[in-house]
Amino acid sequence: METKDPKHTRVVVGMSGGVDSSVAALLLKQQGYDVIGIFMKNWDDTDENGVCTATEDYDDVIRVCNQIGIPYYAVNFEKQYWDKVFTYFLEEYKAGRTPNPDVMCNKEIKFKAFLEHAINLGADYVATGHYARVDYRDGEYKMLRGLDENKDQTYFLNQLSQEQLKKVLFPIGELEKSRVREIAREAELATAAKKDSTGICFIGERNFKEFLSNYLPAKKGKMETFDGEVKGTHDGLMYYTIGQRHGLGIGGSGEPWFAIGKDLKRNVLYVGQGFHHDMLYSDAIIANKISWVSNKEKPAEFECTAKFRYRQEDHKVTVRLLDNDQVQVIFHEPIRAVTPGQSAVFYLGEECLGGGTIDKVFKNSEMLTYVG
Amino acid sequence: MERIYLDHAATTPMHPKVAERIFEAHNINFGNPSSIHSFGREARHLLDQARETLASSIGAKQNEIIFTSGGTEADNMALLGIAEGYQQNGKHIITTQVEHHAVLHTCKKLEKMGYEVTYLPVDETGGISIDVFRASLRDDTILVSVMYGNNEVGTLQPITEIGQILTDHQAIFHTDAVQAYGIENIDVNKSFIDLLAVSAHKINGPKGTGFLFARENVKLAPRSFGGDQERKRRAGTENVPSLSGFREAVLISQAEREIKRKNFKQFKEAFMNILKEQDVEFSLNGTLEYSLPHVLNLSFPGTNVESMLVNLDMAGIAVSSGSACTAGSVEPSHVLVAMFGKNSERLINSIRFSFGYNTTEKQIVTAAEETAKIVKRLRK
Repeated sequence: METKDPKHTRVVVGMSGGVDSSVAALLLKQQGYDVIGIFMKNWDDTDENGVCTATEDYDDVIRVCNQIGIPYYAVNFEKQYWDKVFTYFLEEYKAGRTPNPDVMCNKEIKFKAFLEHAINLGADYVATGHYARVDYRDGEYKMLRGLDENKDQTYFLNQLSQEQLKKVLFPIGELEKSRVREIAREAELATAAKKDSTGICFIGERNFKEFLSNYLPAKKGKMETFDGEVKGTHDGLMYYTIGQRHGLGIGGSGEPWFAIGKDLKRNVLYVGQGFHHDMLYSDAIIANKISWVSNKEKPAEFECTAKFRYRQEDHKVTVRLLDNDQVQVIFHEPIRAVTPGQSAVFYLGEECLGGGTIDKVFKNSEMLTYVG
Repeated sequence: MERIYLDHAATTPMHPKVAERIFEAHNINFGNPSSIHSFGREARHLLDQARETLASSIGAKQNEIIFTSGGTEADNMALLGIAEGYQQNGKHIITTQVEHHAVLHTCKKLEKMGYEVTYLPVDETGGISIDVFRASLRDDTILVSVMYGNNEVGTLQPITEIGQILTDHQAIFHTDAVQAYGIENIDVNKSFIDLLAVSAHKINGPKGTGFLFARENVKLAPRSFGGDQERKRRAGTENVPSLSGFREAVLISQAEREIKRKNFKQFKEAFMNILKEQDVEFSLNGTLEYSLPHVLNLSFPGTNVESMLVNLDMAGIAVSSGSACTAGSVEPSHVLVAMFGKNSERLINSIRFSFGYNTTEKQIVTAAEETAKIVKRLRK
């Protein structure tokens, strides 16, 4: 890996106005890089009063960049975001699946459109405030989990390739979140005490149901048990995720109720009692759109661990390569609430191998048609 | 790296003599011009001098100058004040699609208040058609607001012709001269102008200062209330130091106007010649004929304004894309939309270079060469 004098190495930092990217920029500046902060505007959420969270976030970027002493700019990817991320997001919901727009945003926007923009500005690297690490070993780039296990974001970065990782720095990947806050406080950065953003970026703190109903027609329907017993009414299948407990509003005695499956044709939400309801468990999947971090050839079958949703613990699995960027993943133990549309991400120890989208879910070799 | 400032249409550096004058006024002539004591009288004297110079700079009388906080306030005051003052004569207003937002957004407000506004279209050079203007005039038209010279592309409007036409019409004629004042030779009488808005910081004066010329017989409803300043049309203690500096800036601009006009026209040609020599594909937004000498707006096919601006900034060259944008919203320039339509490539590949005090030939050469380099690199 070539190394250049930091002073002559230009790093464009994607700054969101949050504490993580603020500290990422600060650390790079302290390491002597030629740092530029860029705010990406991907979504226009201007409300009827003309207030837009992007304006406030950009104000924070400006304050922080001036504190650090780096130039700042903004770039607009609203069109790309709409075409590549939001359209996909809606399509997946329409198909009864549960999409992961953050994975798509990293793949199409942050590490594609933004990376290209940065290179047009003469950048040697782009950096972000993600909790992940990049290492160069055995002649290739590896993506490693962030050292703060609780914050590790490789799940969302699973689609990154060698070409992308070659150009990427994750300055806070070596740090615990608490240390990031501490650094921000010590440097008195304007964002030191700013609340972490939660939820999907374009929805923000708003009500998810209300947001989605602006774009997709919601159709109320029945909530049923697998035995056909009607337990109530749902507000629209897209509002429910497999394994979810809240928002069902089914009372009565016994264990709490959970969303277990969907019948798109009949517009029925299947519900069942108990966190460990048998129907919530599966033992294998087919995942598609697989992207491996390494370009090296993989064995036709190998063992590793996997996550099927963000912040889930690792599960032991066997991966079998199939044609057309697909894999079969066999779980060593049944796993709860594996949901089509979400990412399946593979790990070997601290290394993230890559991932894909959960397409089909199986139990005892039978495809579970009710999970979406 | 020597930085080159080519964004004088956005704002200008203060002339050292102006800064000196303001500093002095703050220190010595700090009195309130309405006070009866010697401090007050000194301040009042400075204020009167400023008013005199500003008035004569456009052929106006002293009592026709209303000091404001700048161009935006002057435009707001003109439009809202006339709309209110003449509402019994009608509720129709004519303006253009290429006005500054200080005018356009005020018109939007007036529409909400029940006025009807006609936005005149422009041709590809950015100019309105006198025939279309004439056809838009109605018996109930009370106000015509057409900018003197455009801030984004520099195009001059047929101000005198409009003024002439309105001499036998009830409509009051306002012009936003913020970008033209100081570089164009403006005479409110020869051009039959009733109201005219000016800002100090565009001509190397202080920020937060400007004036509205309002012809003596024009009924202008006041927008702020309090003391008797500005003949009760704009209450509040006058900003004497800034106005004193503004006066200095006007005197300097008058002395240097002709040489600046000549130089800036040459700069435009030199800039475009270098681009041609370097085989850079570009086209002019606007016209060289009826244009402010200091504004040059160019379109570079195959580039993107976001990359261009950042690259130029990193090369130390300060320019802009026309209207300022916030938080990454690339609101396409309404001026370019009016000229070329909303699907034109020019909306995303146009850059404004604007010249001013202390712009040198050498800077123009460097900036043009640097621009050529960046355009070539981005087109790859």
